[in-house]
Amino acid sequence: MTATPTTSPNAGTAAVRAGRTRRLLALARAEAILLLRNKTALFNAVLLAPLLVGFFVTVGGDFLGPDPAAMVASTLTMLLSIALLMVVYYNLTTSVVARREELVLKRLRTGESTAPEILLAYALPGFAITLAQLVLAGVAGALLAEAPPLARPHWLILAVLGGTAVFALLAVASSGLTRTAETAQLTTMPLIFVALLLSGFSLPLHLMPDVVGQVAAWTPLYPVVTLAQHGFGTVLPDGTVASGALRDVAQPIACLIVWGALGVAGVRRWMRWEPRR
Amino acid sequence: MTTSETVITLTGLRRSYGTGRTAFEAVRGVDLAVARGELFALLGTNGAGKTSLLEVVEGIAPATAGTVEVLGHDPYRQRHQVRPRMGIMLQEAGFPADLTTAETARMWHGTLGRPRPVEQCLAMVGLSHRAGVRVSSLSGGERRRLDMALAVMGRPEILFLDEPTTGLDPQSRRNSWELVRSLLAEGTTVVLTTHYLEEAEELADRLAIMHAGEIVRSGTVADVVASEPARIRYRTVDTALTDPAELAGLPAVSATPRTGASGVEIETGDLQATLTALLVRAEQAGAVLEHLEASPASLERAFLTIAEGRGADAVPAAA
Repeated sequence: MTATPTTSPNAGTAAVRAGRTRRLLALARAEAILLLRNKTALFNAVLLAPLLVGFFVTVGGDFLGPDPAAMVASTLTMLLSIALLMVVYYNLTTSVVARREELVLKRLRTGESTAPEILLAYALPGFAITLAQLVLAGVAGALLAEAPPLARPHWLILAVLGGTAVFALLAVASSGLTRTAETAQLTTMPLIFVALLLSGFSLPLHLMPDVVGQVAAWTPLYPVVTLAQHGFGTVLPDGTVASGALRDVAQPIACLIVWGALGVAGVRRWMRWEPRR
Repeated sequence: MTTSETVITLTGLRRSYGTGRTAFEAVRGVDLAVARGELFALLGTNGAGKTSLLEVVEGIAPATAGTVEVLGHDPYRQRHQVRPRMGIMLQEAGFPADLTTAETARMWHGTLGRPRPVEQCLAMVGLSHRAGVRVSSLSGGERRRLDMALAVMGRPEILFLDEPTTGLDPQSRRNSWELVRSLLAEGTTVVLTTHYLEEAEELADRLAIMHAGEIVRSGTVADVVASEPARIRYRTVDTALTDPAELAGLPAVSATPRTGASGVEIETGDLQATLTALLVRAEQAGAVLEHLEASPASLERAFLTIAEGRGADAVPAAA
């Protein structure tokens, strides 16, 4: 050996790392390509939520509200909710499991990306699709019916961001309880079912015993629906208007925080980077 | 070696799996130092603890006891300082099946601080012509080469190769060796595990042989081989030449000769001296030595001796 540390091209002593955004986008881009190439996942991510919303709108119900603008707002609220379940929660669970079983997560752990970065990158395509669906549906609603009122956009933004964070965390936690990408349908079903049923737009909670509503208020999708309603200033099924006042959104925000914390705990408890041997 | 800067230091390193009654200690107190620019090979049978040891050095898993320092840092706790300066080729890591070779490389490229260009990396491992092919369509050997391409992409100062040539055809194996040699020439430090002793003999500046979680031999290939005896084997009907006590009187014989159904086996520290004396005796007795075989000590023999559990306690680690 004649190479000395000072002349070696490799002998730098400071670690040079790629920017966080660059690392994130590299992984998210690969995930997006994989989503585009997986027909089942693509259907679930792009078409399932609009189809389900179409079903709920057709069935109708007093959730939709009295006028065209309210109907558009309610439709967007449903779309956000179902997208969080299908595009963010179910889709992310499946892809984290698939990458784990393919030993891709194991490989990524040998690189420079941190664990939170890897998971955030994997959640990005689903988040982007959710946003795109909302924007497209909002524009379509405005053109076909009437632009939805946006009384307090900050609550809507919180519903989108907070809801995405909660369901992404729950997805990663669920991935640890899921052996194969195929069985993700089973392991994600309980949460999807309960959250959907008690979200506020599938069952008429105001017509049910109080206790049902009280339980529902602490399920993970409920705060998303409530915050979105306060964002839109929706006329609620009981006739009152979602005020957007802090005291009216305190409980849903608390609920989001609780589920966020449960999500973090679940990730720490169950998330695995390698298949179980 | 003209440089003596140590880039990896292990002291009393232990790693256990599980707790209580099910606990298993895979690495049982390893001391090791790797100098900058050398190729250090870690050999051992399956289950000897090589991968468990490597994972601690790579910062993938924490040590249970003892210390590990890589480039002056704790590779597990100070991962962000060390990891960008390492390249890691795991024994078993996967790719997303539906990405192409180039897309996979581009993904990895985007996560690195100062990467080599994607095209250059694929060319280094001879995969340029497979750039547009889905990873799921690559052969096992091609995937192994893509593994290698990703490991070297970040211009690592220390490159970890865990069985890098398993599954490669002889030609690809030679090409991989050439690549490793060119990286060594640039000053890269390489830590290699392999099942091919020929590979270690070909590439290693120093090596260590692990058995049951401990390093039982270490040094240069010559050092390790020198600690092993040469061997003479034959069959004969001559009684004097099958009598262990008689044979023990031959010069340089290092252990009591063994005789059995498969013939006579003599171990010697000086093959020429023992063999000459043996042949003279045979000549004088007019005996015929059938299947006569004289083999010098080899890394393979040293390895097999250790793998069979012999010699594990006989000769302490030279490091």
